[in-house]
Formats: sequence, structure tokens, C-alpha cells
Amino acid sequence: MSRADWEVVIGLETHVQLSTQSKIFSGSSTAFGAEPNRQASAIDIALPGVLPVLNRGAVERAIRFGLAIGAKIAPTSIFARKNYFYPDLPKGYQISQYELPVIQGGTITVQVGEGDKAYEKVIELTRAHLEEDAGKSLHEDFHGMSGIDLNRAGTPLLEIVTEPVMRSSDEAVAYARALHSLVRWIDISDGNMQEGSFRCDANVSVRKKGTEKLGTRREVKNLNSFRFLKEAIEAEIAYQIETLEDGGTIQQATVLFDPDAGETRAMRSKEDAQDYRYFPDPDLLPLVISDEWIARVKGELPELPATLQERFRSEYQLSAYDAATLTASREMAQYYVDTVAIVGAALAKPAANWVMGELAARLNKEGRDITDAPVKPAQLAGMLARIADSTISNSAAKKVFDALWNGEATSADEAIEKQGLKQVTDLSAIEPIIDEVLAANQRSVEEFRAGKEKAFNALVGQVMKASKGRASPAQVNELLKKKLGA
Amino acid sequence: MSLTHDDVHRIARLARLELDEQEAAASQEKLNGIFGLIERMQAVDTTGVEPLYHPHAVAQRLREDRVSETDRRDAYQAVAPQAEDGLYLVPKVIE
Amino acid sequence: MLELSLKQLAAGLSAKQFSSVELTQVFLDRIAALNPQLNAFITVDRDGALAQAAAADAARAAGPVGPLAGIPIAHKDIFCTEGVLTTCGSKILSNFVSPYDATVVARLKAAGTVMLGKTNCDEFAMGSTNEHSAYGAVKNPWDVSRVPGGSSGGSAAGVAARLAPAITGTDTGGSIRQPASLCGVTGLKPTYGAVSRWGMVAYASSLDQGGPFAKSAEDCAILLNAFAGFDEKDSTSAERETEDYTRLLEKAPADPAKPLAGVRLGVPKEYFGEGLAADVREAIEAAIREMEKLGAVRVEVSLPKTELAIPAYYVIAPAEASSNLSRFDGVRYGHRAAEYRDLMDMYCKSRAEGFGREVQRRIMVGTYVLSHGYYDAYYLQALKLRRLIAEDFKAALSQCDVLLGPASPTTAWPIGQMADDPVQMYLADIYTVAINLAGLPAMSIPCGFGAGGLPVGLQMIGNYFDEARMLEIAHRFQLATDFHTKAPAL
Repeated sequence: MSRADWEVVIGLETHVQLSTQSKIFSGSSTAFGAEPNRQASAIDIALPGVLPVLNRGAVERAIRFGLAIGAKIAPTSIFARKNYFYPDLPKGYQISQYELPVIQGGTITVQVGEGDKAYEKVIELTRAHLEEDAGKSLHEDFHGMSGIDLNRAGTPLLEIVTEPVMRSSDEAVAYARALHSLVRWIDISDGNMQEGSFRCDANVSVRKKGTEKLGTRREVKNLNSFRFLKEAIEAEIAYQIETLEDGGTIQQATVLFDPDAGETRAMRSKEDAQDYRYFPDPDLLPLVISDEWIARVKGELPELPATLQERFRSEYQLSAYDAATLTASREMAQYYVDTVAIVGAALAKPAANWVMGELAARLNKEGRDITDAPVKPAQLAGMLARIADSTISNSAAKKVFDALWNGEATSADEAIEKQGLKQVTDLSAIEPIIDEVLAANQRSVEEFRAGKEKAFNALVGQVMKASKGRASPAQVNELLKKKLGA
Repeated sequence: MSLTHDDVHRIARLARLELDEQEAAASQEKLNGIFGLIERMQAVDTTGVEPLYHPHAVAQRLREDRVSETDRRDAYQAVAPQAEDGLYLVPKVIE
Repeated sequence: MLELSLKQLAAGLSAKQFSSVELTQVFLDRIAALNPQLNAFITVDRDGALAQAAAADAARAAGPVGPLAGIPIAHKDIFCTEGVLTTCGSKILSNFVSPYDATVVARLKAAGTVMLGKTNCDEFAMGSTNEHSAYGAVKNPWDVSRVPGGSSGGSAAGVAARLAPAITGTDTGGSIRQPASLCGVTGLKPTYGAVSRWGMVAYASSLDQGGPFAKSAEDCAILLNAFAGFDEKDSTSAERETEDYTRLLEKAPADPAKPLAGVRLGVPKEYFGEGLAADVREAIEAAIREMEKLGAVRVEVSLPKTELAIPAYYVIAPAEASSNLSRFDGVRYGHRAAEYRDLMDMYCKSRAEGFGREVQRRIMVGTYVLSHGYYDAYYLQALKLRRLIAEDFKAALSQCDVLLGPASPTTAWPIGQMADDPVQMYLADIYTVAINLAGLPAMSIPCGFGAGGLPVGLQMIGNYFDEARMLEIAHRFQLATDFHTKAPAL
């Protein structure tokens, strides 16, 4: 048997930290990086007698998410207590949602892979619910003890759960990326993975191809980068297949991924069979969300990536891949939309190429955000217009782009003027150059006449060079052919 | 129904209460007395009755998203059994 | 001064017959003299009280003050009081000086009251005898060999012994009404949601309510005015207009001989069945007859699910308690075991050492009924019964203005009689727990004396947020009778 005989089944649970100012049940700040326990209020440290009051901002973000994925937003949902003892859980229970979550169902469509192998997949979501985060246990040694910092305790989380519908680590990563992009798009989370604002748990199981019954799953906890997500799932798949092929069985377990070893290992704190004794939190009444509230949030929601992708494909004839790439972030999509708004839909494709190509490469190289790209949409649009009207060639455009990027010019026209990049379309100016080139490259001329197509390209190159890139390649082509009698 | 010796130990562990054998036996007897009382409610047919979680089944009031708390770490940690460098100290936590 | 009503105390302070410092000193002296015998107080804050009294006197000298300014009070030791030890009657909080005030405490402070100290109670308000306190049993001032009732036993005994004119309490299953009954004082449990639970250490969150103990219904109304009302810090606090609980007390009745004319008194037959002591029954029936004499009409009603209230309550309350008490883990405050092997051991030892037997029992019951496989049979079933019980009251209250009955099946019993018999103790809560399950307001007012001269309380149950009406009826009864003015000889 081999890997190909097995089918992989993956479901993801993602904890997204919501971008509220204050915590979900207290008025403490959620800002990252404060000194330990300085943002831990009486409620967060669970002093005797304190009570929770739910943050409207957290609920509103959940509604935004629900609308963005086409889910049902529960008119009534319930907060429950999940009871367990752990030093970073001050109350001895986590306030979460259990039987009646605020968001039910919904889908996210993702592009998996690139090029010919690319395909689209609809990921069904089970639910998304509001809950509070726990604090942190610091494992540095304090006289053989652990230190507890409760600044993070009570930070609002949206836990987003998929159905077990992913069949490879690539699908899982594509979903995680799309989700990451979406939560930032609709502005419910900063998505900062280093700071733990976006953490994935992967439920992984394998089964023999053609069988229905799901295999026993193991849950890999706390994956905070796409790379670790992929590696952890691959390690888990390898472990499970190997175990089964060796005649072993998989025990349901909660595991951690060790990126250095590339292995997963069971969590000791989860060895006990858990009995969380969920029950509705008697300190909190039912969360009721009115149709009016939903309608208002809907009115404030930005155009969603899926809608934009559809528009890019139908109106601009972009490929699914290009449309997905351009909507990787709201800022990038906005940049593109602004650019096309100026140059017009006819130039949507070259605009896409420049945004995804030169611009993205430069930003990436300099580690900059598209919002502070030195070349603004209007400037890029100006340049695209000059390519389109044959004022400059594509190679000259690179120079124009450079000039705009480096601040040597404030518009494409200024750059063209300053650097003398204007394409020469005047026949009387080009003919002498062509004649000179033909005279100086007799060998190429002969080769061409002997049937060597390559020689023609060499001649075009020579003309372009002699014109310092200012000649129009199309025009040069045409003239050359005429002169050579081809 | 009645609670077994194992039930008593299981609950005590779930509730994080140390219980020696002698206490467990005493607890078992007392708990079974209490459950004898509780069992009376099993006689009632509650088919179709909605559970009542709360005296007033009204909507939860929401708080505006605003930071209203100030740092009171020192006051809070003054009553802590063991704290250092602003951290609560506990026996080593194993993940 | 010990027998004066809150109004009279305010008048005395305002007429400069005595200062708040003098008044406070009188009560501090009485506490010093009697508390060793009664054990009603866990903490007496002599210096704090005198300082607050001096401040109240200064405020009065500077301008107009409210009706409670300068009046000494005390709080059940379940309310958090900033800078003052808050034990909840438990060893686990034996060193807990609260860094904040409960809303009830803050509001009474803002009203200018003087806090004498914190009163004893059953540990975390779990108990009906006040024997389950880590700080020792409270004695009933009418007979110190007997229990004062619980869990707010120290508060009830404190008012009965005139250690303070008024003391707060909490009621989860009868913890105000039953000790009020056993100690011969007036105690009121408001409608769930009428009084903020912020800073009131939780026993069972969907049942707990804070309320006053005092010598009369009128005093209770004045106290409610000071501390009841909406609080944004408590999600279960009812968002209602501020109300004046004394508003119906002053009104002159149309016929002075029939001040209760038009009042329909519902008498549920289940509250007069087997198990009700003859002397209690007699006192209650006499009180009802007295009210009829005052113009009220007796209506026979039924609360058929009464018997189910105890099992339902002893599932719901422990379930909530088991979770509420998880925060006492020896990490951030409270008792931590001196020696332990590891984290698990630290938890188990700290909690086993810190909690008393009754609390541990209820935690175990609650843990069990919520655990996997038992939730539906116990917890959910109890919640369904809770609805049936609430519907019982709704039907009964549609036929009358208030329901009347006993608060306790017997008068105060000897200390030790039920000390380690939880089932017997739970059964004594038969007349009180259902009211908490339904969330209704109820009070106990002195209505006579049983065998051995022990006080009997009449329980009055009102409709939701209808405290003012209930207080009016109680007040008119107290204007016509003198049971509430009787104090034990000490």
C-alpha cells in the first residue's frame, strides 16, 4: 500500500482574535505587549463577586463574519461555561458558546494550487462562535514554578469551525489563507499570526480510499503560521498512515507540532478524558440579534472578495487565479480597482499584470505594504495609458516605473519627458536606423533570407537597441519585414 | 440510582478536591442520601416542557466597546499567595 | 437608640439628639458585649466605622444629607468590601481583603451609612443553620442553644440582638427569609434582577439576590431605596426606572379601620400540609386572620409542584455553585496548601483544606449532575421542573395580590440537630426554594411566637417587581401589630 491508497480528511478550527478595543466581558484593553497582568482587571483575574458584561463590538464583528460567509446569524444564541481547571483560566471555566452558536453554516470558496492544476473548492463551515481567550503560562523557570500572565485572558475570539471537507494540506492551507484574508478584509481582526491573533487547530484523520467511515482523528493544536500548518498536517498524515500500515491503530488525541523535529506529540495536559460540564452561563442572558442590527451591519460591509473576484472575471476577463490573487487583501484589491477606474476596463488585464507583477515584486522586496507603495494608482494608470497609446514600449515602461518608485518623477509623462523615453513612431526617424542596422548586420540578413527566423528577432533587437528603446517594436517589425521583402 | 465508590473519586478529581478513602466512604453515603432526595423529580413527565434557565428570559444587555479599566495589578496581587515580577506563580505547568 | 426605626434615627441625627459617632459607638459597644456570645460578626471594623461616622457628622454639618446618612449598618460577609476582610464564611478566603466594593456596599456607602463590620454566614451562603461557617456557628439571640437559621444567620441574629439597625443579606433558597423568621426580624428577598449581584460572591447565579434585614417593613423599604436598582455591571440586573419602595407606605387608607381593604391574600394549601409544626401553623393562621380583620380577603390557592422544588433546587443550585467556586484554586487569592507535589496536588489540597464539608458536598453534587451522561437526567430535568414551578406561581398570583405561608416549617431548632444531616436540612427549605426558582420577591415578617417563646415568621410572596405592594401590606400589618417590636432579652 502507499500514500495513494489513503484519503486524508481534514477539518480546521481557527481562533481569530477580534479587533475590539476592550475585552469581551470586561473593560480592559486588548492591546498587545503590556507588562504582565497590567491589563488584567478584576473580571479578568476572576476576583470573587465579579460579573461579565458582553462587548457589543465583539458581537458586531461576529455578525460581519456571518454575513461575509453567507451563514445564518442566530437570532438567539447562548453563552455556556466550559469547565476545566488550568492556571491560565482564572474562573475555572471558559465562557464560550456550545449548543447555540451565534454563526451557523456558511461557505468560503478557495483557489487551490496554481496554473493548470489550479481548482476551486467550496469549504463548508459548521459554525463560528464567540468566546474568551485564556491567559498565558510562561514556562521560564521561576524557582521551579511557572508564571501566569492574564493580560490575554478575556480577549475576544471567534472560533471558526469547518466541516471535515479538506482532502490535503494544500486545501487546508488555501482555506486558512482565504480565511485570514477575509477576516482582515472585513476588518474584524488584525490577523497578526506572530501575536497569536490567528491560530489554527487541525483535525486530521485518514481512511482507505473508497471507504465511508471516518478514521479516528487527532487534533493538532495551535498552528500559528501557514508553513507550520502544512508541515504539521503532512507530519500527522505520515504518522497515521505509517501507524495503520504497520497494523497499529490511531488513538484519539490532542497533539502539538514541533517544527524543529517535524513531528507531532501528544499533550500531557490533555491525557485525562475531558468532561467539560458545559451548561448555560447563568451570569449571561440569551444574546439576541435583531434583523435591524443585521441589516445595519450589512449596509456597512465592504464589497466582499468573492463578489469582487466575480466582477474581475466577468467584467475584466481575468482568470480565476488572477482574480483571487488581486483580492488577497482589501488594500491590494482597492489599489487595483482604483487603477482600473482611471485607465478603463480595456486595460484591466495589463493593469492586473503590473499590480501582481512589478508592483507586488517591489513591495515584497522592500517589505512594504501596498498602502504605502511609492507608485500610486493614478501614476500607474498614467503609465499604462502611455503603453497603450504606444508612447512608450514595455521596456521603457520599466524605466518609467523605476522613476516613479524612486521619486524622480511625479507622473509617467514627466518621467518619459525627463528620460527621453518617448517611443519614436516617426518613420523618417526610424528608417535611417533600420538601414544602418541592416548595413552593419549583413550576416543576420543573409541568415534570415536563408530561412532562419531567429535572425529576424536579432535584427529587431538591434534596432530597438540603436533607438535606445524608443522605437515601437511593432513598427520596427513591420518596417523590417518590408525592407527585407519578407 | 446510587453513586459508586469510583463515581465519588471521579467527581472529586473533576472538582479538584482531595479525598482520602475514609472521607470518600462518608461522602458516598451523604451524597447518596442527597441523590435519594433528588431522584423524586424523575417521577415527573416533563415531555414538551421547555427548560427555564433564568427567571427573566430577556435579551442580554451589551456594553459599548470602550476601555474603562485602569491598571490595578499591585492591589490585586497584594492578596495573591505567590506572585513575582507581576506574574502569579504556580507549580510547573505541563502542556 | 437600639429600638429606634431608621426614620427615627435619621430624625435624631438631624435634630442633633445624638451624633453619628455617638450612635456608632453605642452599636460598637453592644457588639463588643454580645458578639462573643452570639458570634454574629466575623469582622468588626471599629476604626473604619468611627471614621465613617465622623465623616457623616461632618457632611451633615456642611449641608443636607440623605435619609441613611450616619446610620450604622453591617454587611453579610458575602459582599465584597474594599480594604476589609471578606471571607464568605470560608477558610479559603480567610486572608482575602477585597480590593473592591460590591454595588450594594458602594451604594450604601454613598448614602452615607457607617459600616460596623461583616456578619457571619454559612460558608458561601450554603446552609440553613449557620453551622456551616468556618468561623463558628451563630447563636439565636432568642435562645443561644438554637440556630439562627441560614445562610444569613449573622445578619438576622445581628438585627434581632440590636447589634445594628439594619444588615444586608443574600437569599438563594431562603437565606434571608428563613433566618428572619427564626430570629423574629423583617427580611426581604427582592425580585431576581432588582438588586445588583456585582461584588456579591456567587453561590448560584440564577437564584442569588441581595436584600435587607431590619426591624420593620418600612426600614426595609428605605434600605431598598438606597441599594436596589439597575447596575450596568451586572448583566442580569433589570433595566427599570428607579422606584421609591416607600411610596405606598404613607398613603392614608380610605377606611382607617380597614387598611387592607381590597387586598387578596392567596393561601396555598401545600404550605400548610404535613411537616408544618403546629405552633407555626397557629401563628400563621392567626396572622392571616388579623389581616382579614384589617380588610383583606383570603383566597385559597394551590401550588401543586411545591414538593418538586427541593429536588430541582438541589440540582440547579449545586450545579451553578460547582462552577462558581472553581475560581477558588489557590492561584490568585485565597488559601493555598502549604505543601504539594505538583499543580494537580496544589489544586486538590488547597480546595479540600479551604472548603468545608457542606460546600464540598454541593460542589460534588453539582459536578456530578453536569457531568457527561447525567446532564439531561438531572440538570435539564430540574430546569424543566423550574418552569413548571414558575407557572404554578403565575397561576396562583393571578388570583391574589400576595401569597402567604410559613417561611420555615418549625421555629429555631437546637444547634447540632441537623449539623451533619444534609437531607434533613434541605427538607427544611420546602417553603422558600421555589420562590428563588421562580425569581419572585418575598419577605418574612414576625407574626407571633411558638413554643418556648421562639419567633415565627410569616412569608409573603409578591408578584415580579411588586415589592412596593408587598411592603405596603407588611407595613399595614406592622402598624396594627407589635410582633416586630419584640426583642430577645440579652
